[in-house]
Amino acid sequence: MYIIVVGGGKVGFYLTTALLNEGHEVLVLEKDAKRCDFISEQLGSVVVRGDGCEARTLAEVGTERADMFIAVTDEDEDNLVACQVAKHKFKVPRTIARISNPKNEKLFKKLGIDVTVSSTNLILEHIQGEVPTHPLVHLLTLKGGGLEIVEVRVPENSPAVGKRMKDIAIPPDSVICLMIGKWGAQVPTGDTVMEAGAQVLAVTRPEAEGALRAALTG
Amino acid sequence: MNIVIMGCGRVGAELAAMLDEEGHKVTVLDTEPYSFRRLPSAFKGKALVGDGTDEDSLRKAGIDQADVFVAVTQGDNRNVMAAQIAKHLFNVPKVVCRIYDPLREEMYHALGLETISPTTIGAQLLKEVILG
Repeated sequence: MYIIVVGGGKVGFYLTTALLNEGHEVLVLEKDAKRCDFISEQLGSVVVRGDGCEARTLAEVGTERADMFIAVTDEDEDNLVACQVAKHKFKVPRTIARISNPKNEKLFKKLGIDVTVSSTNLILEHIQGEVPTHPLVHLLTLKGGGLEIVEVRVPENSPAVGKRMKDIAIPPDSVICLMIGKWGAQVPTGDTVMEAGAQVLAVTRPEAEGALRAALTG
Repeated sequence: MNIVIMGCGRVGAELAAMLDEEGHKVTVLDTEPYSFRRLPSAFKGKALVGDGTDEDSLRKAGIDQADVFVAVTQGDNRNVMAAQIAKHLFNVPKVVCRIYDPLREEMYHALGLETISPTTIGAQLLKEVILG
């Protein structure tokens, strides 16, 4: 695949290294001359000095044949514009933008950016995962379909404890896929009884999260 | 009319003063409070410190009731992003955006933004003056 990376900062540099190792053709666009020198010393001639938001620069590096376009500068607005130019002017099939302000996720999606990666949200989710009292942790958002995998710890005093799975009123569209309890992990059936203190993995929709958490934690 | 202007540079401040004098309700937004020195002392509108690419700052500036949003900061990308927030998230009826880069201006114009490129206009004017 031909992949263009905009921004040769830390994220851009390590991302490019990883993509090169996977055997992709990668090109980095970076404005700063010193940073360009550093990248070409480390990774070879994979970097072009230029502004990834400028149509002329993007034309020069053959953006119209790019399979993927990834903008990872520090500035949300630069990543947005670079991806929009790639998408609308060069018809790149897949654009990915890094965002710092989690509020921008909705806007970027609405404006046609295919994927957004919010480093702030990722860090938050990991920290939440380390806080044992946190009732619901996002593990993964599944591509397409708007589904996600979450982890819920069922407290001792939860109304779900002692009930059979089929009797727990979880929201529609939600499925309990795994219960990890005293006896290890098991894929529950309708007759499996919920254990106190169990760790549950479930597939759900973001809008049903609250209802799922209420059903499992009370 | 309710008008929100993002960026209190020379153009932003001048525009704010003109519209204010004509009796419009003007709010100017800038990340740097020092920029507000450019507003005339008779300015009756609001001057708010805030980032126009942030939804909450825009809400504080009254974007929900705005008839017009104008983006005139120094950064093309910031203007483009703020203008698209105003247009697509807050449905402001009239959104105008300054873009220095003519190529970028052309593209966003094609995407439905109302854009002005002072680069193109300035060069054109200069050419007319030179060639008479």
